[in-house]
Amino acid sequence: MSDPSTRGGSAARLVLVAAAVLAALVLQTTVFPHLAWGGVVPDVVLLVVVAAGLARGSQHAMVLGFFAGALLDLAPPADHVAGRWALALMLVGYVAGQVRREATPSVGVCLATVAACSFLGSSVFALSGMILQDSAASIPDQLGVVLVAVVWDVLLAALLAALVLGPARRVRPRTRTDGLARR
Amino acid sequence: MRLSRSRRPLGAVRRHDHKGAGDGHPPRALVLALVLACVSLMLLDRGDESAIDPARRAVGEVVGPAQSGVSAAIRPVVELPDFFRSREEMRAELASLEAENAGLRTEVRTSDYRRNKLAELEGLTSAAEDLGYALLPARVVGLGSSQTFTNTVTIDAGSASGLAPDMTVVNNDGLVGRILRVTRTSATVLLLVDADSTVGGRIGESMELGFLQGRGVIGGTARLDLELLDQRLVPSKGDTVVTWGSLGGEGEPSGPYVAGVPIGEVVSVYSSLRESSQRAVIDPFVDFSELDLVGVVVPSGTRSDRAVVEADGSLR
Repeated sequence: MSDPSTRGGSAARLVLVAAAVLAALVLQTTVFPHLAWGGVVPDVVLLVVVAAGLARGSQHAMVLGFFAGALLDLAPPADHVAGRWALALMLVGYVAGQVRREATPSVGVCLATVAACSFLGSSVFALSGMILQDSAASIPDQLGVVLVAVVWDVLLAALLAALVLGPARRVRPRTRTDGLARR
Repeated sequence: MRLSRSRRPLGAVRRHDHKGAGDGHPPRALVLALVLACVSLMLLDRGDESAIDPARRAVGEVVGPAQSGVSAAIRPVVELPDFFRSREEMRAELASLEAENAGLRTEVRTSDYRRNKLAELEGLTSAAEDLGYALLPARVVGLGSSQTFTNTVTIDAGSASGLAPDMTVVNNDGLVGRILRVTRTSATVLLLVDADSTVGGRIGESMELGFLQGRGVIGGTARLDLELLDQRLVPSKGDTVVTWGSLGGEGEPSGPYVAGVPIGEVVSVYSSLRESSQRAVIDPFVDFSELDLVGVVVPSGTRSDRAVVEADGSLR
């Protein structure tokens, strides 16, 4: 944040975030299906959005969530009405960002956020499918899938917690003092 | 610090002021814009010929090769358990035996159908009957997760290899699905078990026609529901179901699938008194959770950037 060349720094960060989302997408569609449980894989893209929310707040995470979701909607082998993941991940970004506002999130809070966001994201996606009559799956089936996905996401998040929290911790105190100095 | 502060763009300062005031909510205009963007995406994507398709193709051109690359890179790791299970020569022997076995099984499954077909076509020249399907080999490189409630996969061949939408996809166990859309180097395949997938099926023994509907579940419990057109006939347990297929059928739900590809076998039959119809539950031959090498049925003599397995088994 205290980088004097803010413009160059933010451009670099944009590239980094875009690369992270693309890598997450490929992980989710190509690598994790080999470990899938009943076809349910960890929502890696959703985890990236949650991490962005926890590290940088609602505004960033909402925009990221929208674009990451739109990518998920358009990238093969997706075959549902576009905009459904975009809406779900946008809401996920908002909620994750609001958690960050309350306090410095501990590992426990982060994992709880991942669980809540995973449930929220998958549910919003499932609900939008029902409203748009895009999905023929039954509600019990969908609920089962959503719950397995929550377990997967929390497991993966626990594994990644150190990686996700490391940079977030290092950035946050500096942001805080920036804010204080400015006022 | 001071210098950098004065140079900070206005937006960034405002955001931090928000945070300082204990607000932290994103601007209402941004929220509104994003929600509207989502809704317009959904509205644009209704119907068969959607305005989003060019965007899908563009994203596919980038993501498809990435999936192929990563899939190829992790293949040694994915196949590592096989390596430890047995030695190299044993594996080769096993593979060839398995292939032979699968071939024989397919033959057994379709023999009833073929016998009927032959009887039906008696007196006609065999040339027309022997359509001969050429297969284009491809690998599954991306799988849609169950969270999307659709069962689709990406394969690493596209329009450059001669593929087009609605082509039939099989593997050595039976029918896999059909192609939904293609990019230059990849194609999206709708699996047979998807809840939106309907295939025209025929019971090999009785030549009875019906429609197979997916349930949206993959893995060991994957099942299809068969509803027969003639409701007086009762299929028996263990009967084999093959594709009905129609060549160039207009507007028929069975249009995309070629005829005579084994789909699965009847595991149970139940009748619904209220609907006065017979329903059969089909166990598909293909294991959809472990798809890897598949073949796309292409017209014989298709121009392609890779080898095509012709109907007589020769590579071209």
